Amino acid sequence: EPQASELPEYIKIVEVGPRDGLQNEKVIVPTDTKIELINQLSKTGLPAIEVTSFVSSKWVPQMADHKEVMRGIERHPGVQYPVLTPNLQGFHSAIAAGATEVSVFGAASESFSKMNINCSIEESLEKFEEVTKSARNMNIPVRGYVSCALGCPYEGNVVPEKVAEVSKRLYSMGCYEISLGDTIGVGTPGSMKKMLEAVKKEIPLSALAVHCHDTYGQALANILTAIQMGVAVVDSSVAGLGGCPYAKGATGNVATEDVIYMLNGLGINTGVNLYAVMEAGNFICTALNKKTNSKVAQASFSTGTI
Amino acid sequence: LINMLSETGLQVIEATSFVSPKWVPQMADHTEVMQGINKLPGISYPVLTPNLKGFQAAVAAGAKEVSIFGAASELFTKKNINCSIGESLERFEEVMKAAREGSIPVRGYVSCVLGCPYEGKISAAKVAEVSKKMYSMGCYEISLGDTIGVGTPGSMREMLAAVMKEVPVGALAVHCHDTYGQALANILVALQMGVSVVDASVAGLGGCPYAQGASGNVATEDLVYMLNGLGIHTGVDLQKLMDTGTFICNALNRRTNSKVSQASCRL
Repeated sequence: EPQASELPEYIKIVEVGPRDGLQNEKVIVPTDTKIELINQLSKTGLPAIEVTSFVSSKWVPQMADHKEVMRGIERHPGVQYPVLTPNLQGFHSAIAAGATEVSVFGAASESFSKMNINCSIEESLEKFEEVTKSARNMNIPVRGYVSCALGCPYEGNVVPEKVAEVSKRLYSMGCYEISLGDTIGVGTPGSMKKMLEAVKKEIPLSALAVHCHDTYGQALANILTAIQMGVAVVDSSVAGLGGCPYAKGATGNVATEDVIYMLNGLGINTGVNLYAVMEAGNFICTALNKKTNSKVAQASFSTGTI
Repeated sequence: LINMLSETGLQVIEATSFVSPKWVPQMADHTEVMQGINKLPGISYPVLTPNLKGFQAAVAAGAKEVSIFGAASELFTKKNINCSIGESLERFEEVMKAAREGSIPVRGYVSCVLGCPYEGKISAAKVAEVSKKMYSMGCYEISLGDTIGVGTPGSMREMLAAVMKEVPVGALAVHCHDTYGQALANILVALQMGVSVVDASVAGLGGCPYAQGASGNVATEDLVYMLNGLGIHTGVDLQKLMDTGTFICNALNRRTNSKVSQASCRL
C-alpha cells in the first residue's frame, strides 16, 4: 500500500484545453474567444498553457489562426505557452510568431503514426530531430508527446516496452519532458502501472508527465496511480474540452477542475485557483454553447457554490 | 431490471426499500417487487428496512437480508429521519434483535462519511464511532457512504485509517458517489487499503438530491472496467452489465451515466 508520504508535494498542471481541447471540438471557435480563454487561464495560476498548433490549416482548420492567437494573447510572467510544431516548417513559423516553447507528437503505435501523420514512427522521429536540433540552437525547450501509450484505436494493445523505446528516443534527442498519452482512454491503473514501470527504466521520473483521457471514466484513477509512482506533471483540459475522435459522442480529455479538486484533497500544491479555472470553463462552455464535462463544475454550479 | 442484473454474475443486488410510500413513492411497490423477482441461488437480495415495521413487512414478503442506514452527521440524521444519531441507533437495535431471532443478516450503512450537505466537514473519528456501534450491534458489514461525493483519495485514506482501528477491514465496504468525479480514484485508494466490497449502480443510476443535475452513484460498468484492468476478479460479465444498463436507460428514456457504456457505443 503506497504511503501518503510518497506523493509529490507539488504537481505541475499543463493546461491543454485551448489546443488539444478546442482541436477536438466540432464548432470552429473565433480567434477572439480563443485569446480570451487563454487570457483567463493565464490568471488562474496554471504554470503552462498549450496555446495552439502550427500545423497546416488544411489538416486542422480549428488551428488556422495560430499566428493571430500567438500574437494576440497576454504573456504572463512565470507561465509557459507551448505550441505544437509537427515539423521544421511549423517550428520556424512558431518562432516567428513569438513562441518560446514547442511540442512534438510521437506515437507508440505504427498504425496510429501512419493513419495520423502518414509516416512510420521512425520517419516521424527523424522529422522531430530536425525540430529539436533547431530548437537547441535557439535555446527553445521542446516537449515530447507519446500517443497511444496505453492502447491504440487500430492496433489495440500496445506493449510498454514500445512506449519506453519511443520515449527514450524523444528524450535523447533533447525533449525536456515526455508526456505519455492514453489517447483513447482505455487505460486502467493496472496498465498505467506496467507502462510507467517500463518507461521509468529509460527516463527519469522527473521528466515524465501523464496525459489521460477520460473516455472510459478511468482518468483520475490512472492519474492517481501515476502520481503514487512519483510522476509530478499532469496534463488536463479546462471543462474537459475535447471529445474523442475515435468514439463518437464519448468524452476525451480529463477536466482540469476535477484533477485539481483531487490534488487539493490530497494536500498536493498546484498553485492553481480552482474557482478561477471553473470560471474560465464556464466562459468557454457558454461560448461553445455546450455543457461542461467537469463534474466538479457541474456540482458546484448546481449547489450554488459558484 | 433486477432479473437482468441477476444474470450478470453480480452476487448482491439491493432490490427495494420497505419504507412508507408517503416518504418514498418510488419504492411503494416493495412487496410486489420482492415477490416478483427471480431469486437465483448464490445471489443475495437485501432490502432497506428503516425500522421494525419495515423489517417485518420485508420478511413477510420473503426478504432474507436487510440493511439499515445510519449517518456520521447529527444534522443529516435530523433532516433525513427527524431524530439524533443516538435515537436512530436505538430504533435499529429493535431491527437487530428481530433479525438475530430470525437469522437474517443485517448490513449497516453509514452516510456522510466524507462530508455532509449540512455540516460540511465530518471527522474521521465520528465515522469510526458510528461504524463501531453498528458493527457491535450485529451488522455483518458496514458500507461507508460518501453521500455527496465530496471525498477525495486524501479524505478517503484518513477516514478508512480511523475506521479500520474499530472495525476489521474484511467487514468494510465503500459506497462512493461520483458527483465530483472522484469515485473511482476513491475506490482505488480503498482497495489499496484492503477493502474488498464496493457498492455501485448500473448505468450510474441515481442523481444527487443535494446538487440539482449533478451525478450521484458511481457506474457499475466503469467500476468493473477498472477492476478488470487491475486483474481483480469480480465474476461479473461486463457486456451483460452494459446490456442491462442499456435496457434501463431506454426504459427511463435517459442517457447512461457510465462512460464505459458511452464509449462502447460507436457508430
